[in-house]
Amino acid sequence: MISIQQEDFDLAAEYQALRADAPNIGAIVTFTGLVRDFNLVESAPENTSVQGLFLEHYPGMTEKSLAAIIDTAKTRWSIINTRVVHRIGAMHPGDQIVFVGVNSAHRGDAFAACEFIMDYLKTQAPFWKKELTNEGERWVESRATDQQAAERWKAD
Amino acid sequence: MIKILYFARLRDSLNCGEEQLEYSAAIDTGKKLLRTLKNRGAPWQDALENVQLLMSVNQTMSSPDASIQDGDEVAFFPPVTGG
Repeated sequence: MISIQQEDFDLAAEYQALRADAPNIGAIVTFTGLVRDFNLVESAPENTSVQGLFLEHYPGMTEKSLAAIIDTAKTRWSIINTRVVHRIGAMHPGDQIVFVGVNSAHRGDAFAACEFIMDYLKTQAPFWKKELTNEGERWVESRATDQQAAERWKAD
Repeated sequence: MIKILYFARLRDSLNCGEEQLEYSAAIDTGKKLLRTLKNRGAPWQDALENVQLLMSVNQTMSSPDASIQDGDEVAFFPPVTGG
C-alpha cells in the first residue's frame, strides 16, 4: 500500500493493517518520520528556527518510484507486506510526515527492508521540502549523508 | 510534442512549471534538450547551469544521455529532499 496524502495518518491503524497478515508473520517493523523545528538548511544562520514546512511532489512519478523501491526490497528480503504513507502540503514541527511499515516471518528481514525503503525514499522519490523560517522561505538542500545511507545498500 | 515539467527551486527560478515543446531531432536526448533550453538565455541558462539537476523521462529517473521520443513527458528537478 502506497499513499500520498495531505491528511495525518494513524500509526495504530497502520500497525493493525500490517498485523492483519498474522499468524503468517512473526515481525512488524515500523518507522515514523516527524517534522523537526531546527533548521535543515546547513547554510542557514545558527538561530534560524523552522516554523513550518511545505512538501511538494511529482504526482505519478512519486507513486511509481515508491513502487519500484518496494519491489526491489521484496527481491532482496523475505517480506510479506509493506505500507508507505508520505504526507504532502503544509506541516508544522512535530507533525508526522512519513510512515514505512514492513511485516515478515522474521525480524531481520523486516528491519533491513524498512530501513532500505526509507533510505531509498529519501534519495529517489520526487519530494521536495520548503522550509518556512523566521527569516523567510527556503528550499531544503539535499544531504550527502542521505546519499551515503542509500549507497551503503549497494555494497552487500 | 513533448511535455516538460519543472519542480521546486528550479520551477521558482524559471517561473515555469510546465510547457509543451514541438518534437524534433534537436531535442531527441536529454543533453540536447538541455542545450536547447539553455540557449533561451536568462533565466534558463543560469538556472539549468548552476544547480545540480536530475532528469526523468516518462516518470523514471534517467541520465542526460537518455533518448526522448515524441509524446514523452520529461521533467527536470533538483535533488530530492523528502522523508
